[in-house]
Amino acid sequence: MSAVHSHSSHSQHKDLRADLRNVADWIPADSNVLDLGCADGALLHWLATNKRVRGYGVEIDVDGVTACVQHGVNVIQSDLESGLGTFEDGSFDFVVLSLTIQAMHNIENILNEMLRVGRTGIVTFPNFGFWENRWQLALGRMPVSETIPYEWYNTPNIHLCTVYDFGRLLNKLGMHATGQVVMHQNARIHVLPNLRGSLALMRFEKN
Amino acid sequence: MQGSGSVGLVTPQTAVFDTPIALSSGVVLPHYQLVYETYGTLNAEKSNAILICHALSGHHHVAGRYKETDKAAGWWDNMVGPGKPIDTNRFFVIGLNNLGGCHGSTGPSSIDPATGKPYGSSFPLVLVRDWVETQARLADQLGIYRFAAIIGGSLGGMQALRWTISYPERVRHALVIASAPKLTAQNIAFNDVARQAILTDPDFHGGDYYAHNTVPRRGLRLARMLGHITYLSDDGMGEKFGRLLRSGEYLYGYDVEFEIESYLRYQGDKFSDYFDANTYLLMTKALDYFDPARHYDGDLTEALRQAVAKFLVVSFTSDWRFSPARSREIVKALLDARKEVSYAEIESRHGHDAFLMEDAPYINIMRAYLNRVAAEINA
Repeated sequence: MSAVHSHSSHSQHKDLRADLRNVADWIPADSNVLDLGCADGALLHWLATNKRVRGYGVEIDVDGVTACVQHGVNVIQSDLESGLGTFEDGSFDFVVLSLTIQAMHNIENILNEMLRVGRTGIVTFPNFGFWENRWQLALGRMPVSETIPYEWYNTPNIHLCTVYDFGRLLNKLGMHATGQVVMHQNARIHVLPNLRGSLALMRFEKN
Repeated sequence: MQGSGSVGLVTPQTAVFDTPIALSSGVVLPHYQLVYETYGTLNAEKSNAILICHALSGHHHVAGRYKETDKAAGWWDNMVGPGKPIDTNRFFVIGLNNLGGCHGSTGPSSIDPATGKPYGSSFPLVLVRDWVETQARLADQLGIYRFAAIIGGSLGGMQALRWTISYPERVRHALVIASAPKLTAQNIAFNDVARQAILTDPDFHGGDYYAHNTVPRRGLRLARMLGHITYLSDDGMGEKFGRLLRSGEYLYGYDVEFEIESYLRYQGDKFSDYFDANTYLLMTKALDYFDPARHYDGDLTEALRQAVAKFLVVSFTSDWRFSPARSREIVKALLDARKEVSYAEIESRHGHDAFLMEDAPYINIMRAYLNRVAAEINA
Protein backbone atom coordinates (compact mmCIF):
# COMPACT_ATOMS: atom_id res chain seq x y z
CA MET A 1 0.00 0.00 0.00
CA SER A 2 1.31 3.42 -0.86
CA ALA A 3 1.82 5.90 1.92
CA VAL A 4 -0.90 8.47 2.26
CA HIS A 5 -0.30 11.69 4.10
CA SER A 6 -2.40 12.59 7.04
CA HIS A 7 -2.07 14.80 10.06
CA SER A 8 -3.87 12.49 12.40
CA SER A 9 -1.93 10.51 14.93
CA HIS A 10 -4.25 7.59 14.34
CA SER A 11 -3.66 7.20 10.65
CA GLN A 12 -0.27 5.52 10.53
CA HIS A 13 -0.51 2.00 9.17
CA LYS A 14 2.25 0.89 11.53
CA ASP A 15 0.24 2.21 14.49
CA LEU A 16 -2.54 -0.24 13.81
CA ARG A 17 -2.56 -3.53 15.69
CA ALA A 18 -0.93 -6.27 13.61
CA ASP A 19 -4.15 -8.10 12.80
CA LEU A 20 -5.90 -4.85 11.89
CA ARG A 21 -3.09 -3.94 9.47
CA ASN A 22 -3.80 -7.11 7.52
CA VAL A 23 -7.53 -6.55 7.73
CA ALA A 24 -6.98 -3.04 6.36
CA ASP A 25 -5.00 -4.50 3.45
CA TRP A 26 -7.97 -6.68 2.53
CA ILE A 27 -10.38 -3.77 2.30
CA PRO A 28 -10.39 -1.85 -0.98
CA ALA A 29 -10.84 1.92 -1.16
CA ASP A 30 -14.36 3.37 -1.02
CA SER A 31 -15.88 0.31 0.65
CA ASN A 32 -18.65 0.30 3.23
CA VAL A 33 -17.37 -1.34 6.39
CA LEU A 34 -19.00 -2.45 9.62
CA ASP A 35 -16.50 -3.06 12.43
CA LEU A 36 -17.95 -5.17 15.24
CA GLY A 37 -16.31 -4.67 18.61
CA CYS A 38 -14.48 -1.69 17.15
CA ALA A 39 -12.97 -0.51 20.49
CA ASP A 40 -11.61 3.03 19.95
CA GLY A 41 -12.36 2.96 16.22
CA ALA A 42 -8.69 2.82 15.15
CA LEU A 43 -9.34 0.58 12.12
CA LEU A 44 -12.27 2.62 10.81
CA HIS A 45 -10.43 5.85 11.40
CA TRP A 46 -7.44 4.58 9.48
CA LEU A 47 -9.63 3.30 6.65
CA ALA A 48 -11.60 6.56 6.48
CA THR A 49 -8.42 8.63 6.39
CA ASN A 50 -6.49 6.48 3.94
CA LYS A 51 -9.04 4.66 1.81
CA ARG A 52 -12.10 6.91 1.91
CA VAL A 53 -13.94 4.03 3.56
CA ARG A 54 -17.35 4.84 5.04
CA GLY A 55 -18.45 2.79 7.94
CA TYR A 56 -19.82 2.15 11.34
CA GLY A 57 -18.42 0.68 14.46
CA VAL A 58 -20.33 -1.32 17.04
CA GLU A 59 -18.98 -1.24 20.56
CA ILE A 60 -20.43 -2.21 23.94
CA ASP A 61 -18.06 -0.24 26.16
CA VAL A 62 -18.93 3.43 26.65
CA ASP A 63 -15.28 4.52 26.81
CA GLY A 64 -14.73 2.90 23.41
CA VAL A 65 -17.82 4.65 22.10
CA THR A 66 -16.53 7.99 23.38
CA ALA A 67 -13.10 7.36 21.81
CA CYS A 68 -14.79 6.60 18.47
CA VAL A 69 -16.78 9.80 18.66
CA GLN A 70 -13.59 11.67 19.48
CA HIS A 71 -11.99 10.20 16.33
CA GLY A 72 -15.01 11.09 14.22
CA VAL A 73 -15.94 7.44 13.73
CA ASN A 74 -19.67 6.67 13.60
CA VAL A 75 -20.39 4.18 16.34
CA ILE A 76 -23.43 2.39 17.69
CA GLN A 77 -23.30 1.30 21.32
CA SER A 78 -24.72 -2.18 21.37
CA ASP A 79 -24.16 -5.73 22.57
CA LEU A 80 -23.18 -8.00 19.68
CA GLU A 81 -24.81 -10.93 21.43
CA SER A 82 -28.18 -9.34 20.73
CA GLY A 83 -27.52 -9.54 17.00
CA LEU A 84 -27.23 -6.90 14.31
CA GLY A 85 -30.93 -6.14 14.04
CA THR A 86 -30.20 -2.42 13.70
CA PHE A 87 -28.61 -3.02 10.30
CA GLU A 88 -30.44 -3.83 7.08
CA ASP A 89 -29.59 -6.80 4.87
CA GLY A 90 -26.67 -6.17 2.57
CA SER A 91 -25.79 -2.71 3.90
CA PHE A 92 -22.04 -3.30 3.96
CA ASP A 93 -19.29 -4.58 1.69
CA PHE A 94 -17.23 -5.84 4.62
CA VAL A 95 -18.10 -6.82 8.18
CA VAL A 96 -15.13 -7.14 10.52
CA LEU A 97 -15.01 -8.93 13.85
CA SER A 98 -11.54 -8.74 15.31
CA LEU A 99 -10.34 -10.64 18.37
CA THR A 100 -13.85 -10.80 19.77
CA ILE A 101 -15.44 -13.99 18.53
CA GLN A 102 -13.61 -16.15 21.07
CA ALA A 103 -15.46 -14.34 23.87
CA MET A 104 -18.92 -14.55 22.32
CA HIS A 105 -21.72 -16.96 23.21
CA ASN A 106 -23.55 -17.48 19.95
CA ILE A 107 -20.89 -17.91 17.28
CA GLU A 108 -23.11 -19.32 14.55
CA ASN A 109 -25.58 -16.48 14.96
CA ILE A 110 -22.97 -13.75 14.66
CA LEU A 111 -21.39 -15.32 11.57
CA ASN A 112 -24.79 -15.61 9.91
CA GLU A 113 -25.59 -12.05 10.90
CA MET A 114 -22.28 -10.82 9.48
CA LEU A 115 -23.11 -12.24 6.07
CA ARG A 116 -26.68 -11.06 6.29
CA VAL A 117 -25.69 -7.39 6.66
CA GLY A 118 -22.52 -7.65 4.57
CA ARG A 119 -21.10 -9.39 1.54
CA THR A 120 -17.72 -10.37 2.96
CA GLY A 121 -16.87 -11.24 6.54
CA ILE A 122 -13.47 -10.89 8.18
CA VAL A 123 -12.83 -12.56 11.53
CA THR A 124 -9.59 -12.49 13.46
CA PHE A 125 -9.02 -14.82 16.41
CA PRO A 126 -6.28 -16.39 18.51
CA ASN A 127 -5.31 -19.76 17.03
CA PHE A 128 -5.64 -22.40 19.73
CA GLY A 129 -3.72 -24.80 17.49
CA PHE A 130 -0.54 -22.74 17.98
CA TRP A 131 2.27 -25.10 19.12
CA GLU A 132 2.88 -23.30 22.42
CA ASN A 133 -0.73 -23.90 23.38
CA ARG A 134 -0.51 -27.55 22.37
CA TRP A 135 2.74 -27.92 24.31
CA GLN A 136 1.31 -26.45 27.49
CA LEU A 137 -1.68 -28.77 27.21
CA ALA A 138 0.71 -31.68 26.71
CA LEU A 139 2.39 -30.65 29.96
CA GLY A 140 -1.01 -30.75 31.62
CA ARG A 141 -1.86 -27.05 31.92
CA MET A 142 -4.28 -24.69 30.25
CA PRO A 143 -2.35 -22.61 27.77
CA VAL A 144 -1.37 -19.02 28.47
CA SER A 145 0.29 -17.35 25.53
CA GLU A 146 0.70 -14.01 23.79
CA THR A 147 -2.67 -14.14 22.05
CA ILE A 148 -4.43 -15.98 24.90
CA PRO A 149 -2.98 -14.10 27.84
CA TYR A 150 -5.46 -15.22 30.52
CA GLU A 151 -5.49 -17.88 33.19
CA TRP A 152 -8.31 -20.40 32.89
CA TYR A 153 -10.11 -18.90 35.89
CA ASN A 154 -10.22 -15.31 34.67
CA THR A 155 -10.45 -15.66 30.92
CA PRO A 156 -13.27 -13.99 29.01
CA ASN A 157 -12.60 -16.49 26.21
CA ILE A 158 -15.22 -19.21 26.03
CA HIS A 159 -15.03 -20.34 22.41
CA LEU A 160 -11.43 -20.88 21.41
CA CYS A 161 -10.75 -22.72 18.16
CA THR A 162 -8.03 -23.58 15.69
CA VAL A 163 -7.64 -22.34 12.13
CA TYR A 164 -8.84 -25.77 11.00
CA ASP A 165 -11.93 -25.66 13.28
CA PHE A 166 -12.97 -22.27 11.98
CA GLY A 167 -12.86 -23.48 8.39
CA ARG A 168 -15.06 -26.43 9.31
CA LEU A 169 -17.65 -24.13 10.90
CA LEU A 170 -17.72 -21.97 7.77
CA ASN A 171 -18.49 -25.10 5.73
CA LYS A 172 -21.27 -26.07 8.09
CA LEU A 173 -22.85 -22.61 7.73
CA GLY A 174 -22.69 -22.66 3.94
CA MET A 175 -19.77 -20.26 3.79
CA HIS A 176 -16.23 -20.54 2.52
CA ALA A 177 -12.94 -18.78 3.14
CA THR A 178 -11.79 -16.41 0.43
CA GLY A 179 -8.61 -15.48 2.22
CA GLN A 180 -6.55 -16.63 5.16
CA VAL A 181 -3.61 -15.02 6.94
CA VAL A 182 -1.96 -16.68 9.91
CA MET A 183 0.61 -14.74 11.88
CA HIS A 184 2.92 -14.94 14.82
CA GLN A 185 4.48 -11.86 16.37
CA ASN A 186 3.61 -9.67 13.40
CA ALA A 187 5.19 -12.07 10.88
CA ARG A 188 3.12 -14.03 8.41
CA ILE A 189 3.33 -17.82 8.72
CA HIS A 190 3.15 -19.74 5.44
CA VAL A 191 4.39 -23.18 6.47
CA LEU A 192 2.25 -25.21 8.89
CA PRO A 193 0.17 -22.17 9.86
CA ASN A 194 -2.20 -24.03 12.21
CA LEU A 195 0.81 -25.15 14.23
CA ARG A 196 3.15 -22.17 13.97
CA GLY A 197 0.71 -19.23 13.95
CA SER A 198 -0.82 -17.68 17.05
CA LEU A 199 -3.21 -15.26 15.32
CA ALA A 200 -5.56 -16.05 12.45
CA LEU A 201 -7.43 -13.82 10.01
CA MET A 202 -10.14 -15.35 7.87
CA ARG A 203 -12.02 -13.68 5.06
CA PHE A 204 -15.19 -15.45 4.03
CA GLU A 205 -18.35 -15.27 1.96
CA LYS A 206 -21.51 -17.25 1.39
CA ASN A 207 -21.26 -20.24 -0.93
CA MET B 1 -14.10 17.10 34.29
CA GLN B 2 -12.24 20.35 34.04
CA GLY B 3 -12.79 23.97 33.21
CA SER B 4 -16.40 24.01 34.25
CA GLY B 5 -16.91 27.74 34.29
CA SER B 6 -20.13 29.67 34.34
CA VAL B 7 -21.45 31.99 31.66
CA GLY B 8 -21.97 34.42 34.54
CA LEU B 9 -24.76 36.97 34.61
CA VAL B 10 -27.17 36.84 31.70
CA THR B 11 -30.08 38.91 30.44
CA PRO B 12 -33.04 37.58 28.49
CA GLN B 13 -33.98 39.26 25.23
CA THR B 14 -37.19 39.43 23.30
CA ALA B 15 -37.73 38.96 19.57
CA VAL B 16 -40.99 40.32 18.14
CA PHE B 17 -42.54 38.79 15.03
CA ASP B 18 -45.16 40.64 13.01
CA THR B 19 -45.32 38.20 10.12
CA PRO B 20 -48.34 35.96 10.76
CA ILE B 21 -47.62 32.30 11.29
CA ALA B 22 -50.00 29.61 10.06
CA LEU B 23 -49.92 26.85 12.63
CA SER B 24 -50.44 23.15 11.91
CA SER B 25 -53.87 23.34 13.54
CA GLY B 26 -54.97 25.79 10.84
CA VAL B 27 -55.02 28.77 13.19
CA VAL B 28 -53.07 31.84 12.10
CA LEU B 29 -51.30 33.79 14.81
CA PRO B 30 -50.87 37.34 13.48
CA HIS B 31 -48.02 38.28 15.80
CA TYR B 32 -46.09 36.82 18.68
CA GLN B 33 -42.89 37.22 20.60
CA LEU B 34 -40.18 34.82 21.71
CA VAL B 35 -37.96 35.36 24.71
CA TYR B 36 -34.42 34.01 24.44
CA GLU B 37 -30.93 34.14 25.89
CA THR B 38 -27.57 33.82 24.21
CA TYR B 39 -24.17 32.82 25.55
CA GLY B 40 -20.80 33.12 23.82
CA THR B 41 -20.07 35.07 20.66
CA LEU B 42 -21.35 34.53 17.14
CA ASN B 43 -18.31 34.30 14.86
CA ALA B 44 -17.89 36.34 11.68
CA GLU B 45 -19.01 33.43 9.46
CA LYS B 46 -22.03 32.91 11.75
CA SER B 47 -21.20 29.23 11.70
CA ASN B 48 -20.82 28.51 15.40
CA ALA B 49 -24.41 28.81 16.59
CA ILE B 50 -26.01 26.09 18.69
CA LEU B 51 -29.72 26.03 19.42
CA ILE B 52 -30.90 24.43 22.67
CA CYS B 53 -34.48 23.18 22.51
CA HIS B 54 -36.23 22.80 25.82
CA ALA B 55 -38.38 19.97 27.15
CA LEU B 56 -41.86 19.97 28.67
CA SER B 57 -41.33 22.44 31.49
CA GLY B 58 -38.16 24.11 30.24
CA HIS B 59 -37.49 27.62 29.06
CA HIS B 60 -34.91 30.04 27.69
CA HIS B 61 -32.86 30.31 30.88
CA VAL B 62 -30.39 27.55 30.01
CA ALA B 63 -27.26 28.76 31.76
CA GLY B 64 -25.91 31.42 34.10
CA ARG B 65 -27.73 33.60 36.60
CA TYR B 66 -29.74 36.80 36.43
CA LYS B 67 -28.16 38.15 39.56
CA GLU B 68 -25.35 36.99 41.81
CA THR B 69 -27.80 36.02 44.54
CA ASP B 70 -29.90 33.67 42.36
CA LYS B 71 -30.01 30.35 44.14
CA ALA B 72 -30.26 28.29 40.99
CA ALA B 73 -28.51 28.70 37.66
CA GLY B 74 -30.13 27.94 34.29
CA TRP B 75 -31.57 24.46 33.79
CA TRP B 76 -28.62 23.10 31.76
CA ASP B 77 -25.83 25.02 33.46
CA ASN B 78 -23.86 21.79 33.96
CA MET B 79 -23.70 21.35 30.16
CA VAL B 80 -23.41 24.91 28.88
CA GLY B 81 -20.59 27.31 29.76
CA PRO B 82 -16.94 28.09 29.18
CA GLY B 83 -15.02 24.79 29.13
CA LYS B 84 -18.18 22.75 29.45
CA PRO B 85 -19.31 20.24 26.79
CA ILE B 86 -21.38 22.92 25.03
CA ASP B 87 -18.45 25.28 25.28
CA THR B 88 -19.40 28.96 25.14
CA ASN B 89 -15.77 29.84 24.40
CA ARG B 90 -16.28 28.18 21.02
CA PHE B 91 -20.00 28.25 20.36
CA PHE B 92 -22.71 30.89 20.29
CA VAL B 93 -25.49 29.20 22.24
CA ILE B 94 -29.16 30.17 22.04
CA GLY B 95 -31.86 29.12 24.45
CA LEU B 96 -35.44 30.18 23.88
CA ASN B 97 -38.85 29.78 25.42
CA ASN B 98 -41.11 28.10 22.91
CA LEU B 99 -44.31 29.58 21.55
CA GLY B 100 -47.10 28.70 23.96
CA GLY B 101 -44.73 28.88 26.90
CA CYS B 102 -45.21 30.79 30.12
CA HIS B 103 -41.82 32.37 30.64
CA GLY B 104 -42.14 35.41 28.40
CA SER B 105 -42.85 34.01 24.95
CA THR B 106 -46.38 34.44 23.66
CA GLY B 107 -48.60 31.81 25.24
CA PRO B 108 -52.01 31.21 26.78
CA SER B 109 -51.24 33.50 29.72
CA SER B 110 -50.12 36.39 27.46
CA ILE B 111 -52.43 39.29 26.69
CA ASP B 112 -54.17 38.93 23.33
CA PRO B 113 -53.82 42.39 21.74
CA ALA B 114 -57.16 41.87 20.01
CA THR B 115 -59.08 41.59 23.29
CA GLY B 116 -56.78 43.07 25.87
CA LYS B 117 -57.25 39.90 27.92
CA PRO B 118 -55.18 36.74 28.33
CA TYR B 119 -55.58 34.29 25.43
CA GLY B 120 -56.57 31.49 27.81
CA SER B 121 -58.66 28.88 26.07
CA SER B 122 -58.42 30.72 22.75
CA PHE B 123 -54.68 30.09 22.42
CA PRO B 124 -54.14 27.58 19.61
CA LEU B 125 -52.45 24.21 20.03
CA VAL B 126 -48.87 24.25 18.79
CA LEU B 127 -47.00 21.31 17.30
CA VAL B 128 -43.30 20.55 17.36
CA ARG B 129 -43.07 21.52 13.68
CA ASP B 130 -44.62 24.91 14.53
CA TRP B 131 -41.93 25.45 17.14
CA VAL B 132 -39.29 24.60 14.59
CA GLU B 133 -40.86 27.17 12.25
CA THR B 134 -40.73 29.89 14.93
CA GLN B 135 -37.19 28.90 15.91
CA ALA B 136 -36.15 29.23 12.27
CA ARG B 137 -37.63 32.73 12.19
CA LEU B 138 -35.69 33.61 15.33
CA ALA B 139 -32.54 32.31 13.64
CA ASP B 140 -33.34 34.50 10.61
CA GLN B 141 -33.61 37.53 12.88
CA LEU B 142 -30.26 36.71 14.44
CA GLY B 143 -28.70 36.30 10.98
CA ILE B 144 -28.00 32.60 11.46
CA TYR B 145 -28.65 30.35 8.49
CA ARG B 146 -27.01 27.08 9.44
CA PHE B 147 -26.67 25.85 13.00
CA ALA B 148 -23.50 24.04 14.00
CA ALA B 149 -25.76 21.92 16.15
CA ILE B 150 -29.30 21.73 17.43
CA ILE B 151 -29.54 19.97 20.77
CA GLY B 152 -32.42 18.83 22.90
CA GLY B 153 -33.46 16.28 25.47
CA SER B 154 -36.88 14.61 25.61
CA LEU B 155 -39.40 16.94 23.89
CA GLY B 156 -36.35 19.06 22.99
CA GLY B 157 -34.86 16.09 21.14
CA MET B 158 -38.03 15.86 19.10
CA GLN B 159 -37.50 19.46 17.99
CA ALA B 160 -33.90 18.72 17.00
CA LEU B 161 -35.11 15.71 15.00
CA ARG B 162 -37.90 17.74 13.38
CA TRP B 163 -35.40 20.45 12.36
CA THR B 164 -33.45 17.94 10.28
CA ILE B 165 -36.63 17.16 8.32
CA SER B 166 -38.14 20.66 8.09
CA TYR B 167 -34.88 22.47 7.37
CA PRO B 168 -32.30 19.86 6.39
CA GLU B 169 -29.74 22.37 5.11
CA ARG B 170 -29.85 24.46 8.24
CA VAL B 171 -28.58 21.79 10.66
CA ARG B 172 -25.03 20.47 10.67
CA HIS B 173 -25.49 18.22 13.68
CA ALA B 174 -28.54 17.11 15.63
CA LEU B 175 -28.11 15.81 19.17
CA VAL B 176 -31.23 13.90 20.13
CA ILE B 177 -31.12 12.93 23.80
CA ALA B 178 -33.52 10.73 25.80
CA SER B 179 -36.12 11.20 23.12
CA ALA B 180 -38.44 9.17 20.88
CA PRO B 181 -39.71 9.25 17.30
CA LYS B 182 -43.28 9.38 18.66
CA LEU B 183 -45.02 8.64 21.93
CA THR B 184 -46.32 5.20 22.84
CA ALA B 185 -49.89 4.65 24.02
CA GLN B 186 -48.55 4.38 27.57
CA ASN B 187 -46.85 7.75 27.26
CA ILE B 188 -49.97 9.41 25.87
CA ALA B 189 -51.90 7.80 28.72
CA PHE B 190 -49.63 9.43 31.32
CA ASN B 191 -50.07 12.76 29.58
CA ASP B 192 -53.81 12.40 29.56
CA VAL B 193 -54.00 11.66 33.27
CA ALA B 194 -51.96 14.80 33.84
CA ARG B 195 -54.30 16.79 31.61
CA GLN B 196 -57.39 15.36 33.25
CA ALA B 197 -56.06 16.49 36.62
CA ILE B 198 -55.92 20.04 35.28
CA LEU B 199 -59.06 19.98 33.16
CA THR B 200 -61.23 18.67 36.01
CA ASP B 201 -59.91 21.13 38.58
CA PRO B 202 -62.87 23.40 39.48
CA ASP B 203 -60.49 26.35 39.24
CA PHE B 204 -59.74 25.61 35.59
CA HIS B 205 -62.79 27.49 34.27
CA GLY B 206 -62.44 26.05 30.78
CA GLY B 207 -58.94 27.49 30.52
CA ASP B 208 -59.99 31.08 31.31
CA TYR B 209 -59.06 30.99 34.96
CA TYR B 210 -57.09 34.23 34.63
CA ALA B 211 -60.38 36.17 34.52
CA HIS B 212 -61.36 34.52 37.79
CA ASN B 213 -58.11 35.49 39.47
CA THR B 214 -57.31 31.92 40.23
CA VAL B 215 -55.24 29.04 38.86
CA PRO B 216 -56.01 25.30 38.76
CA ARG B 217 -53.28 24.71 41.27
CA ARG B 218 -54.44 21.32 42.50
CA GLY B 219 -54.65 19.93 39.00
CA LEU B 220 -51.27 21.27 37.98
CA ARG B 221 -49.75 19.96 41.19
CA LEU B 222 -51.09 16.46 40.56
CA ALA B 223 -49.93 16.58 36.94
CA ARG B 224 -46.43 17.47 38.05
CA MET B 225 -46.36 14.79 40.76
CA LEU B 226 -47.36 12.15 38.24
CA GLY B 227 -44.80 13.44 35.77
CA HIS B 228 -42.07 13.32 38.36
CA ILE B 229 -42.74 9.66 39.11
CA THR B 230 -42.22 8.83 35.46
CA TYR B 231 -39.02 10.88 35.21
CA LEU B 232 -37.30 8.84 37.93
CA SER B 233 -36.41 5.17 37.89
CA ASP B 234 -37.69 2.72 40.46
CA ASP B 235 -34.08 2.07 41.52
CA GLY B 236 -33.20 5.73 41.69
CA MET B 237 -36.28 6.55 43.73
CA GLY B 238 -35.64 3.61 46.01
CA GLU B 239 -32.07 4.66 46.50
CA LYS B 240 -32.95 8.23 47.31
CA PHE B 241 -36.09 7.74 49.43
CA GLY B 242 -36.64 4.07 50.08
CA ARG B 243 -39.39 3.74 52.68
CA LEU B 244 -37.96 6.49 54.84
CA LEU B 245 -40.51 8.05 57.17
CA ARG B 246 -40.25 11.71 58.06
CA SER B 247 -41.03 11.19 61.74
CA GLY B 248 -39.57 7.72 61.96
CA GLU B 249 -42.88 6.02 62.74
CA TYR B 250 -46.35 5.41 61.34
CA LEU B 251 -48.86 8.17 62.12
CA TYR B 252 -51.95 6.35 60.85
CA GLY B 253 -53.26 9.20 58.74
CA TYR B 254 -53.12 10.79 55.31
CA ASP B 255 -50.63 13.53 55.98
CA VAL B 256 -47.12 13.36 54.60
CA GLU B 257 -45.37 10.37 56.16
CA PHE B 258 -43.00 8.86 53.65
CA GLU B 259 -40.15 10.98 52.32
CA ILE B 260 -41.21 10.26 48.75
CA GLU B 261 -44.59 11.82 49.49
CA SER B 262 -42.89 14.88 50.88
CA TYR B 263 -40.64 15.13 47.85
CA LEU B 264 -43.46 14.81 45.32
CA ARG B 265 -45.72 17.27 47.13
CA TYR B 266 -42.88 19.76 47.37
CA GLN B 267 -42.13 19.40 43.66
CA GLY B 268 -45.84 19.74 42.84
CA ASP B 269 -46.26 22.83 45.01
CA LYS B 270 -43.17 24.51 43.66
CA PHE B 271 -44.20 23.84 40.08
CA SER B 272 -47.77 25.03 40.49
CA ASP B 273 -46.46 28.31 41.87
CA TYR B 274 -44.78 29.34 38.65
CA PHE B 275 -45.97 27.22 35.73
CA ASP B 276 -49.06 27.98 33.71
CA ALA B 277 -51.59 25.16 33.49
CA ASN B 278 -52.61 25.99 29.92
CA THR B 279 -48.98 25.84 28.85
CA TYR B 280 -48.66 22.45 30.51
CA LEU B 281 -51.69 21.20 28.58
CA LEU B 282 -50.32 22.59 25.33
CA MET B 283 -46.85 21.10 25.81
CA THR B 284 -48.22 17.63 26.57
CA LYS B 285 -50.37 17.76 23.42
CA ALA B 286 -47.31 18.74 21.38
CA LEU B 287 -45.66 15.60 22.75
CA ASP B 288 -48.66 13.43 21.91
CA TYR B 289 -48.99 14.77 18.37
CA PHE B 290 -45.31 14.46 17.50
CA ASP B 291 -44.87 11.88 14.75
CA PRO B 292 -42.68 13.05 11.88
CA ALA B 293 -43.32 9.77 10.04
CA ARG B 294 -47.04 10.51 9.89
CA HIS B 295 -46.85 12.19 6.50
CA TYR B 296 -44.62 9.39 5.18
CA ASP B 297 -47.00 6.47 5.65
CA GLY B 298 -45.60 5.94 9.12
CA ASP B 299 -42.13 5.30 7.67
CA LEU B 300 -39.57 7.17 9.78
CA THR B 301 -36.76 6.15 7.43
CA GLU B 302 -38.57 7.87 4.58
CA ALA B 303 -39.13 10.96 6.74
CA LEU B 304 -35.44 11.17 7.59
CA ARG B 305 -34.16 10.49 4.08
CA GLN B 306 -33.99 14.21 3.35
CA ALA B 307 -31.93 14.96 6.46
CA VAL B 308 -28.44 16.31 5.84
CA ALA B 309 -27.36 16.54 9.47
CA LYS B 310 -25.11 14.13 11.29
CA PHE B 311 -26.65 12.74 14.43
CA LEU B 312 -25.75 11.85 17.96
CA VAL B 313 -28.49 9.89 19.68
CA VAL B 314 -28.18 9.28 23.42
CA SER B 315 -30.40 7.26 25.75
CA PHE B 316 -30.18 6.21 29.39
CA THR B 317 -30.57 2.63 30.61
CA SER B 318 -33.02 3.36 33.45
CA ASP B 319 -35.20 5.76 31.45
CA TRP B 320 -38.55 4.04 31.04
CA ARG B 321 -40.53 7.09 29.97
CA PHE B 322 -38.35 7.45 26.85
CA SER B 323 -36.58 4.11 26.90
CA PRO B 324 -33.41 3.18 25.00
CA ALA B 325 -35.58 1.06 22.68
CA ARG B 326 -37.25 4.27 21.46
CA SER B 327 -33.89 5.88 20.74
CA ARG B 328 -32.83 2.73 18.88
CA GLU B 329 -35.87 3.21 16.62
CA ILE B 330 -34.46 6.60 15.64
CA VAL B 331 -31.00 5.09 15.14
CA LYS B 332 -32.33 2.28 12.98
CA ALA B 333 -34.31 4.70 10.80
CA LEU B 334 -31.20 6.86 10.37
CA LEU B 335 -29.06 3.84 9.50
CA ASP B 336 -31.63 2.57 7.03
CA ALA B 337 -31.74 6.05 5.49
CA ARG B 338 -27.92 5.90 5.20
CA LYS B 339 -27.34 8.84 7.52
CA GLU B 340 -24.35 9.42 9.71
CA VAL B 341 -25.23 8.62 13.29
CA SER B 342 -23.55 7.67 16.53
CA TYR B 343 -25.51 6.18 19.40
CA ALA B 344 -24.67 5.93 23.08
CA GLU B 345 -26.71 4.11 25.70
CA ILE B 346 -25.55 5.57 28.98
CA GLU B 347 -25.63 3.51 32.16
CA SER B 348 -27.54 5.63 34.65
CA ARG B 349 -29.92 5.25 37.59
CA HIS B 350 -31.47 8.66 37.09
CA GLY B 351 -34.31 7.59 34.79
CA HIS B 352 -35.55 10.12 32.26
CA ASP B 353 -34.07 12.95 34.32
CA ALA B 354 -30.61 11.59 33.51
CA PHE B 355 -30.38 13.91 30.52
CA LEU B 356 -30.16 16.82 32.95
CA MET B 357 -27.66 15.13 35.26
CA GLU B 358 -23.93 15.01 35.36
CA ASP B 359 -23.14 11.31 34.81
CA ALA B 360 -19.50 11.31 33.71
CA PRO B 361 -19.88 9.02 30.65
CA TYR B 362 -22.71 11.25 29.39
CA ILE B 363 -20.74 14.44 29.87
CA ASN B 364 -17.71 12.79 28.21
CA ILE B 365 -19.55 11.71 25.09
CA MET B 366 -21.22 15.10 24.71
CA ARG B 367 -17.82 16.75 25.06
CA ALA B 368 -16.23 14.37 22.55
CA TYR B 369 -18.98 14.91 20.00
CA LEU B 370 -19.06 18.68 20.36
CA ASN B 371 -15.26 18.79 20.06
CA ARG B 372 -15.73 17.26 16.62
CA VAL B 373 -18.43 19.76 15.78
CA ALA B 374 -16.14 22.61 16.83
CA ALA B 375 -13.25 21.20 14.80
CA GLU B 376 -15.48 20.97 11.72
CA ILE B 377 -16.27 24.67 11.82
CA ASN B 378 -12.84 25.73 13.13
CA ALA B 379 -14.37 27.10 16.30
